[in-house]
Amino acid sequence: MTGSAAQQDRTSMFPKGTKRKCSSDGGGGGGDAVAEEATAAGVKTTASYSLQRQCLLDMSLIKLQLCHMLVEPNLCRSVLIANTVRQIQEEMTRDGSWQIMTEAFNASQGLSDRLVASEILCRPSPAREQGEEDPKPFPAIGGCQLEEEVVVVAAEEETLCTVAAEADSAYVSGGVDPHWEAGDRPEGGSEDGDADDEDEDCCLGEGEVEQRSAEGTKTVDQVYGTFEIKSPAPSPDPALEELFSDVDASYYDLDTMLTGMQGTPKVGPYDLLENLSSHGPSSIAPSSTCRTDLNELDHIMEIIVGS
Amino acid sequence: MHLFEEDKRKYLKADIISTVEFNPTGELLATGDKGGRVVVFQREQESKNQPHRRGEYNVYSTFQSHEPEFDYLKSLEIEEKINKIRWLPQQNAAYFLLSTNDKTVKLWKISERDKRPEGYNLKEEDGRIRDPATITALRVPVLRPMDLMVEATPRRVFSNAHTYHINSISVNSDYETYMSTDDLRINLWNLEITNRSFNIVDIKPANMEELTEVITAAEFHPNHCNTFVYSSSKGSIRLCDMRASALCDNHSKFFEEPEDPSNRSFFSEIISSISDVKFSHSGRYLMTRDYLTVKVWDLNMESKPLETYQVHDYLRSKLCSLYENDCIFDKFECVWNGADSVIMTGSYNNFFRMFDRNTKRDVTLEASRENSKPRAILKPRKVCVGGKRRKDEISVDSLDFSKKILHTAWHPFENIIAVAATNNLYIFQDKVN
Repeated sequence: MTGSAAQQDRTSMFPKGTKRKCSSDGGGGGGDAVAEEATAAGVKTTASYSLQRQCLLDMSLIKLQLCHMLVEPNLCRSVLIANTVRQIQEEMTRDGSWQIMTEAFNASQGLSDRLVASEILCRPSPAREQGEEDPKPFPAIGGCQLEEEVVVVAAEEETLCTVAAEADSAYVSGGVDPHWEAGDRPEGGSEDGDADDEDEDCCLGEGEVEQRSAEGTKTVDQVYGTFEIKSPAPSPDPALEELFSDVDASYYDLDTMLTGMQGTPKVGPYDLLENLSSHGPSSIAPSSTCRTDLNELDHIMEIIVGS
Repeated sequence: MHLFEEDKRKYLKADIISTVEFNPTGELLATGDKGGRVVVFQREQESKNQPHRRGEYNVYSTFQSHEPEFDYLKSLEIEEKINKIRWLPQQNAAYFLLSTNDKTVKLWKISERDKRPEGYNLKEEDGRIRDPATITALRVPVLRPMDLMVEATPRRVFSNAHTYHINSISVNSDYETYMSTDDLRINLWNLEITNRSFNIVDIKPANMEELTEVITAAEFHPNHCNTFVYSSSKGSIRLCDMRASALCDNHSKFFEEPEDPSNRSFFSEIISSISDVKFSHSGRYLMTRDYLTVKVWDLNMESKPLETYQVHDYLRSKLCSLYENDCIFDKFECVWNGADSVIMTGSYNNFFRMFDRNTKRDVTLEASRENSKPRAILKPRKVCVGGKRRKDEISVDSLDFSKKILHTAWHPFENIIAVAATNNLYIFQDKVN
């Protein structure tokens, strides 16, 4: 029965991904046909793939933001989500779509669109929907808040729904996908690319900040805004969020998100969030010293509590 | 207060069972719940009048192990939810167990009392001290029988040693020490000493932004008191030897399976995160549970698992939805049977799976009120994957993901299992002739 499942996945995923011909399981004569098909569907496919990847990124960012609202979130979950974000970002930086995404913000509609898409992504594919009477097989247990939000937007943006509905959910749902292989990197020399990525991202980040401050759309702020709020306790109050929206504390915030009140220094792999800071890399130094102090304070507190 | 509706029955969030554990003889079974309570069940003695009642477990003692707390310094609520229970081997008439929530481990003594002293000389029956002037005669208290009472008393409280959430506790085979594990550190305690513990593993990076991996579970070897293992969110297991150094940051063995590139996706890391690790009773093998599989490792082979069993491979195509609704982060546990020949772990829709390591047969069973009337025989269930659905099969799309079996326990040497399904505990046993 496992075999048949795998088979089904593979067939449903054939028309996707221009790089599918590299697939190790393709083997034999199937390779050419796949390549042709891929070329035909090429443009559309790439678009839907990046749309889905984008959805995943948005979903992850929202999850991280929700983590952040908790004083002491589940560290394991936060780390896994943050790693996923980083993975997506690395891939997007590699194929240049990171820049495209930041441009999409310019169009001032990017975010709500992608929220819609993320809802579609997680719906059962049309074929499955016909066969089953239950249209919602996955009750949103943890993410009901998220889903509600998403559904509201979906109602407003029907045109996009119909376009994106063609996307096959199996594609991003963990099936065979050489597109994401590490060996699939377009250019070499990115092995130690962490530093390069960071630099590049910083530039993009600054650009994005400009765009953001120029447009000041509320949707964008709602998702990313809280990354910039430096608050020791959860502050669901939107008025408060606005009050702090100019304060740069993104490093500190992610930190809080991941550790639950544990102050710790420096920037790391989470450049994505770094990009969203309003002051760019110059703020690293002050915030890290601040954090060292907090660390010491924390330590002192522990000693006091211990005794 | 959170109310959940399930099959038109409402239940409280506090009633959700969060851990299940048999004691070393199998005579007692303890459960902990999200409300901080511990319920201990005792096995009925065999009786000639009611042979069918053999082995039934009845409530023996219930007590509030942990209360919700508030950390004023960090402005932080500490949940009372019991994360783990571990029994100590019985050494006298009383029983001892360790229970833990996110931050504090407690040692509880559970003892019986069926006599009470009466006739004190210097104080009244209610405990008030008598006026010495009124005491004119010497009286010696006598013990009088009374109704059996089971008392649970907290003997030790081990606190202030964990900054992160405790996910595991494990009693050492020396029976004098135990370890408690949180997301980033493992501490070693003496069972008698509450004001000092030793940090034996610390993976917290100096810079928390560099954090990409957390500890998910840890356990002592069943008979080598110097050896323990811990699993990580990246799917690896490290075996450490406490004789090597006081701080076991350097492992002695590292178990990891190379990633299959054909199955790679954005969810690869999340689904390879290990949710539970257990030594076999023999101490020769390790069992680990990740999101989709359960694996058996030989301690002598680090490069790949000896056996891999698919728990619910049909979910592989649903990972995106499971990520969205957070089910992908569910922490399923796994257990061995007494002979290490069968392993058991949970799934969704109140299903749980058993794998026979010798015959390679596997079975899916369901823990539900409808399907398991007392003394009824469990019928194997089947999930239909694509194609036509047979009459007795259930389709993947109609699985209920809110009914998950995360915690199970297996009697130390008999074929009796305990399965926690949200707020219900099911105990199944081999058919009695």
